[in-house]
Amino acid sequence: MMTQIVFYVFATVLVLSAGMVVSARNPVHSVLFLILAFFNAAGLFLVAGAEFLAMILVIVYVGAVAVLFLFVVMMLDVRFAQMREGLQRYAPFGAAVGLVLLAELALAFSHWQVAQDIGSVPHVVAAPGRTNTAALGDVLYTHYVFLFEACGLVLLVAMIGAIVLTLRERPMGRRQNIDRQHERTAADTLTMMTVPLGQGVAANGGFRRPEHSYYIASVPGSYGVTEEPVPQGKSVDETGQGGLGAENHGGLAQ
Amino acid sequence: MTGGLGSIGIGPYLTVSAILLVLGVFGIFLNRKNVIIILMSIELILLSANLNFVAFSSALGDLSGQVFTLFVLTIAAAESAIGLAIVTVYFRNRGSIEVEDITMMKG
Repeated sequence: MMTQIVFYVFATVLVLSAGMVVSARNPVHSVLFLILAFFNAAGLFLVAGAEFLAMILVIVYVGAVAVLFLFVVMMLDVRFAQMREGLQRYAPFGAAVGLVLLAELALAFSHWQVAQDIGSVPHVVAAPGRTNTAALGDVLYTHYVFLFEACGLVLLVAMIGAIVLTLRERPMGRRQNIDRQHERTAADTLTMMTVPLGQGVAANGGFRRPEHSYYIASVPGSYGVTEEPVPQGKSVDETGQGGLGAENHGGLAQ
Repeated sequence: MTGGLGSIGIGPYLTVSAILLVLGVFGIFLNRKNVIIILMSIELILLSANLNFVAFSSALGDLSGQVFTLFVLTIAAAESAIGLAIVTVYFRNRGSIEVEDITMMKG
């Protein structure tokens, strides 16, 4: 009896919040209702005895996917009021399609029954005494290990695809020429000076840039670097970037 | 038949999942202009498929259903990541995410 009450509470909230996902005026509310729906679906999974999947649903969906939706909804500055304009026009059509689908599903389910000899079909059953998580691991890493690895590939492709799609070359930011950076030695960048006791930094020429290779290691054309690569060995001072003196205080922080 | 489901049986699970599927399809038609809500509706449809998998897995005492739920979760996560990336790029280029505007590939 208690199980049934729990089931129907979860199922009711799930269906109501799913309805709010598709009908909420504000997309942020839609995402929040989606999170509620996923929580309740996780509850239904728990009632069905799939504990591991319930936790995965909470972690992956609520923790990653729904928050991703939330980020995108809040990041895109879309006028959402204008989006609702076509609502009245499409609602009857959508309702008709939905009703037809629901009627077909009801037809299918009402005339459906499990085969009598279902017990004779070989099932992948959990070993006695194993928890749900351990049993799922047993199956996943033996019977379905290739599919599991294919899933990893799918996620890799999705990750690379998302990065490639959204990557944009910004003119801001100074990038390194990796080869040149690796070729740099301490002698290119460091000068040891003997500073008399009691004198400040300003009296010794202020904060100084490395004289030879400060811009050499950056990619030509990136931020603050001229298109032409600075010839090696040429002082940076002559190109007008860098420079000594008191006006360059804090220049290293650039 | 109602092995792991106890006193509930498989019928209510199938009903909930069917309602969820219909709500997802309805959401796609209702929010023709907002790609993000269409993606969320697709998530609802996949969730209903997952619910069916878990219900049958529990009823038959067969773990394959739960394994396939895991795969569906993976595919859904990948799909929403790619979809949201496309939405972001499209918004950056066109300043709108209305589906009806996306006619560049009409040919």
